[in-house]
Amino acid sequence: MTDATATETRDLFSKFDPLINEREALLATGVRDPYAIVMDQVLSPTRAIIKGKETILLGTYNYMGMTFDPEVVEAGKKALDEFGAGTTGSRVLNGTYQGHKEVEDALKEFYGTSGAMVFSTGYQANLGIISTLAGKGDYVVLDADSHASIYDGCGLGNAEIVRFRHNSVEDLDKRLGRLPADALKLVVLEGVYSMLGDVAPLPEMVAAIRKHPNCMILCDEAHGMGFFGPNGRGAYEEQGVEGEIDFVVGTFSKSVGTVGGFCVSNHPKFEILRLVCRPYVFTASLPPSVVATAATSIRKLMHAGEKRAHLWKNSQRLHKGLSDLGFKLGSATPQSAIIAVILTDQMQAVAMWQTLLELGLYVNMARPPATPAGTFLLRCSLCAEHSDDQVTQIIGMFEAAGKATGAIT
Amino acid sequence: MTDRSAIFDSVATQIEPFNKKGVDLTEATTFAGDLEWDSLTVMDFVAAIEDEFDIIITMNMQAEIETVGHLVDAVAKLKG
Repeated sequence: MTDATATETRDLFSKFDPLINEREALLATGVRDPYAIVMDQVLSPTRAIIKGKETILLGTYNYMGMTFDPEVVEAGKKALDEFGAGTTGSRVLNGTYQGHKEVEDALKEFYGTSGAMVFSTGYQANLGIISTLAGKGDYVVLDADSHASIYDGCGLGNAEIVRFRHNSVEDLDKRLGRLPADALKLVVLEGVYSMLGDVAPLPEMVAAIRKHPNCMILCDEAHGMGFFGPNGRGAYEEQGVEGEIDFVVGTFSKSVGTVGGFCVSNHPKFEILRLVCRPYVFTASLPPSVVATAATSIRKLMHAGEKRAHLWKNSQRLHKGLSDLGFKLGSATPQSAIIAVILTDQMQAVAMWQTLLELGLYVNMARPPATPAGTFLLRCSLCAEHSDDQVTQIIGMFEAAGKATGAIT
Repeated sequence: MTDRSAIFDSVATQIEPFNKKGVDLTEATTFAGDLEWDSLTVMDFVAAIEDEFDIIITMNMQAEIETVGHLVDAVAKLKG
């Protein structure tokens, strides 16, 4: 081993020095590291023990609170007993068990589609579908605020990549108009954008896209599944454009409550993707317990109208509570289960984050480049299992932390 | 005035609102090094250039454009 402490020596790590120095300077002020939290015990979808303190969780993607659902947990235990800990293989070789077919059947029913393909993570679903569908000479047209997995899917493929300004129908329309009419295009949208929690104007976007030839539309519903639409399919269902979306990509790691990713479609040739999509082929499939919990959870989410109503109420109450206290929020109205509190700079964001944690509330801290327009955010994501009383407590903790740190007066 | 110098002048005008440090612009001025633009600034600037010239500069092409001169060349070619 070479001497790793000789930081003045230039090596492949040198490019990270600015970030290392920034972190060291921040941590030297005595704050806790926002990216090194350990949950010692998890008591429920909304409560955990962090450093001995019982903490309300307001920074998970457990929107529908399915992680501890007794039927979901039982299905996982049964599959673990009957099928073992893992598949040790690719979906196209030895890694497709009965459970993988069952979860794909559950997705087909949930989404009302003829095809469903399950990936090992949501990240890989975007990586695989985008890089495989759009080839050399084709175009991927994406929103500037797209998730990293969408950008990385573009990076993995050979298509030409074109960005439009976030949620701007006019900008999307103009850019499509400048592309060669005969070129094949994949337009990638997200129902709910995860950083600010804002929702895409999908009917207007679909109308703009349909003015141009040779476009297919992919909608990522990672943060919309479970919560939006009469069947919980996502923002595209709520906004009534189901017939217009060619591919829906989603994840099991949010409302479904486990891990995994998927794409559903009615395209008659959809099945061929199983043989040509590298992030699907060249990785091990999900463990049997995971697909069993996902299938059970997805089937329960079809009939979760009451949970959806309670989550919506939570979102509206928290948005109003924080607005009334004087916090600047990522969207003027509550649009999703994500409420982003916008702070002035990193020091204020970390101070708020740490004060909230000491009061017993965990939220996500998000910073550039993950955030739009260089903002520092405390991102709150609500759960259908947060009680009315917990939401009241959360608002109280924000008031105390905001006043203690000077974020509000 | 040649087409190329007209494009340079238009590009310079588009750079102005993003040129927070008041850097003098030449063909050799780099976006990352001299202007110190981050990825978000680059995105806003590219969108402004695209709209000014009614062109598309794909992200694939952006990766090759390091200097103002490169951008002027790319615009000239795309308008061509």
